[in-house]
Amino acid sequence: MCLALPAKVVAIDAVNDTATVALGEVRKDISLALVEDVQVDDFVLIHVGYALNKVSPEEAERTLQLFAEAGLAQAVRP
Amino acid sequence: MSAVLKRFPVRLDIRRGSVDMTHGSGGRAMAQLIEELFVRHLDNELLRQSNDQAAFAVAAGRMVMSTDGHVVSPLFFPGGDIGSLAVHGTINDVAMSGARPLYLSAGFILEEGFPLADLERVVASMARAATAAGVPVVTGDTKVVEKGKGDGVFITTTGIGIVPPGVDISGDHARPGDAILVSGSMGDHGVTIMSSRENLQFETSIESDSAPLHELVADMVAAVPRIHCLRDPTRGGLATTLNELARQSGVGMVLREDAIPVKPAVTAACELLGLDPLYIANEGKLVCICARQDAQRVLEVMQMHPLGGQGAIIGEVVEDQHGFVQMETGFGGSRIVDWLAGEQLPRIC
Amino acid sequence: MKYVEEFRRHDLAQQLADAIGKAVDPDRQYNLMEFCGGHTHAIFRYGVQDLMPPNVKFVHGPGCPVCVLPIGRIDNAIQLVEQHDVILCTYGDMLRVPASGRKSLLRVKAAGGDIRMVYSTQDALAIARDNPGREVVFFAIGFETTTPPSAVAIRQAQAGGLGNFSVFCNHVLTPAAIQNILESPELRTMGSISIDGFFGPSHVSSIIGSRPYEFFAEEFQRPVVIAGFEPLDVMQSALMLVRQLNEGRHEVENEYTRVVTRAGNIKAQTLVAEVFELRRSFEWRGLGLVPYSALRIKDSFGGLDAERRFDMPAIAASDVKGCECPSILRGVKRPTDCKLFGTVCTPDNPMGSCMVSSEGACAAYWSYGRFRQSGTPDARESAA
Repeated sequence: MCLALPAKVVAIDAVNDTATVALGEVRKDISLALVEDVQVDDFVLIHVGYALNKVSPEEAERTLQLFAEAGLAQAVRP
Repeated sequence: MSAVLKRFPVRLDIRRGSVDMTHGSGGRAMAQLIEELFVRHLDNELLRQSNDQAAFAVAAGRMVMSTDGHVVSPLFFPGGDIGSLAVHGTINDVAMSGARPLYLSAGFILEEGFPLADLERVVASMARAATAAGVPVVTGDTKVVEKGKGDGVFITTTGIGIVPPGVDISGDHARPGDAILVSGSMGDHGVTIMSSRENLQFETSIESDSAPLHELVADMVAAVPRIHCLRDPTRGGLATTLNELARQSGVGMVLREDAIPVKPAVTAACELLGLDPLYIANEGKLVCICARQDAQRVLEVMQMHPLGGQGAIIGEVVEDQHGFVQMETGFGGSRIVDWLAGEQLPRIC
Repeated sequence: MKYVEEFRRHDLAQQLADAIGKAVDPDRQYNLMEFCGGHTHAIFRYGVQDLMPPNVKFVHGPGCPVCVLPIGRIDNAIQLVEQHDVILCTYGDMLRVPASGRKSLLRVKAAGGDIRMVYSTQDALAIARDNPGREVVFFAIGFETTTPPSAVAIRQAQAGGLGNFSVFCNHVLTPAAIQNILESPELRTMGSISIDGFFGPSHVSSIIGSRPYEFFAEEFQRPVVIAGFEPLDVMQSALMLVRQLNEGRHEVENEYTRVVTRAGNIKAQTLVAEVFELRRSFEWRGLGLVPYSALRIKDSFGGLDAERRFDMPAIAASDVKGCECPSILRGVKRPTDCKLFGTVCTPDNPMGSCMVSSEGACAAYWSYGRFRQSGTPDARESAA
């Protein structure tokens, strides 16, 4: 379940604990009640109008690397 | 204008007034509404005759007639409103037979309490759309329903047109080997409407693609009179239209996902709501099916017209007694593009 | 769209497909259960199955909160509207699910019931604030991903003294469901369904972390890979499961590291623990009564519990006669085993939740499976 998408934080409203996020060109206001230490330009996972977690750029990069290596790793195994 | 003023002692208060039951009763109030609002904007020779019908001569040939009811909510949205939608929608229905649209009629069902300022805005928009398209509204009707029984205004437009000789376009003419084309990006109108609705708010740079397609069709048909099928993918989107055509013609289809134009903002909005752009309404686009050897020519002509700039060949018709519409995904697998079941609702799952 | 498009790349898909093809042992079958509806959806939408070798099968699990909600609870929601004149706020997913007496929320809405679709619990709170003279009830469903947003709304309503707002809580727990499947007699003794490994749900795990799955991996000796829900994530995770099975390992691995950690989202977990507590048992459609599998609102927030505010008798509703949803949800029967499938029950006229929800096995099979059976040549063959 859980349609959740990574979106970029473009503005923060600290008073209301909300943020404006951008998914491509679409913008939406969402609640930050479930996360902490979010800064502008961070990426967060959004679901039903809330940010659930931050998306780690380093881990995203590593995962993409894993995909690319999958083909190579097989070549190495006997 | 002074002739009108003399007939009605007090001018219609469009700025602050609203529709009431007398406007539908057939009496003086209704006559005033018609004259000072409808006729004033939609103004043309036939309408000015003030008959209950419009009489005109037509050239000999095959005629086409189509009708459409418009119940869109909200009434006003980026890129259009119920008025322009009503004009474009029916012009397009007529044009999809390859016909040149001639005239429109418009029936209004007004809800008691609907602000006259909004009504004027709708009618003025219809007038602009009709004038720009060269297809006048020549006759109409107005009724009023009690408050709570309407959504502000419902509009039904009927259009007639004349089919040029040598043109025979119909939904059951698709044949295996034919090419499938669309005239531009999918999903713009429906996403615009959803973003204007109450419970789903987001700022996008999308607007409705509502537009009259008859001139684009005229160009296409002039270049390739043997076009097999034309249809505008309105409610239910491209997927529904293609399934309809597949069933009517007794064929299957294979599409390429990467070839279907979708604006990035529409893709993003659909991701957010869990919707599929293929099932979302379009109001200014068409689907064309033609023989494979004609596809390139049709595409060129399409792309030369302002409304067809993003036109693309998106797939082909195949033999298939089951009538499936398949699609090669951008990912490399394949999936079925089935009929829309019920209404596409945003989902959380 | 960053972090989305990169995970759908066609070239990487091909590479992963080749890697999986080389990794599988041709003499064995790999049945991998994806518990999460989002995975089911990704698999069908992108045609991931087409890129898998034939001995790797996806088994669809009951990870669809819409599908597992018993009819009686929807009947309760309808009663709130019809008998208590509340404004019922609900996510879009629930609107078309059939309840008793041929009703659904959508039909009740069409007949004049005040039912409003919302995208967020914040929308429901706004409706309550805008309608002070009416009772507003939020129909809360979902697994652990969707529970924290309900917790936030309940706390905010309590703090703000929003007296006309309450929540009808139907939140359920993933680990309990997985346990139930793994313990089911069909699996343990009769061997009629065989599940070799699990794709752990993406976003439930972002909240609860990967730790809760360690118990299953150990107890039931099956590998779990927490998988992201983009198609490349699913494929990479399949590769990781295949490797574990080949090597005889049964560990919890995390493919979705960009969002999931071992501990999960502590802030969200704390909020949920503040507002909700475990029900002793809860009925799941298809799984029957499952102990400690669902949540209810704690006494300290009891004022916002719709079940306490309104008289809501437990309704023992049964599925439409002939509907095999319960068996299909457990993977024991296939959609084509159901007599209603394709005859009375179609996406346009769904009889049970498996056909309504886009992740339901029957809805998925209706398009995709029907095609596979039809003998129609595959798109890719005819395009070649």
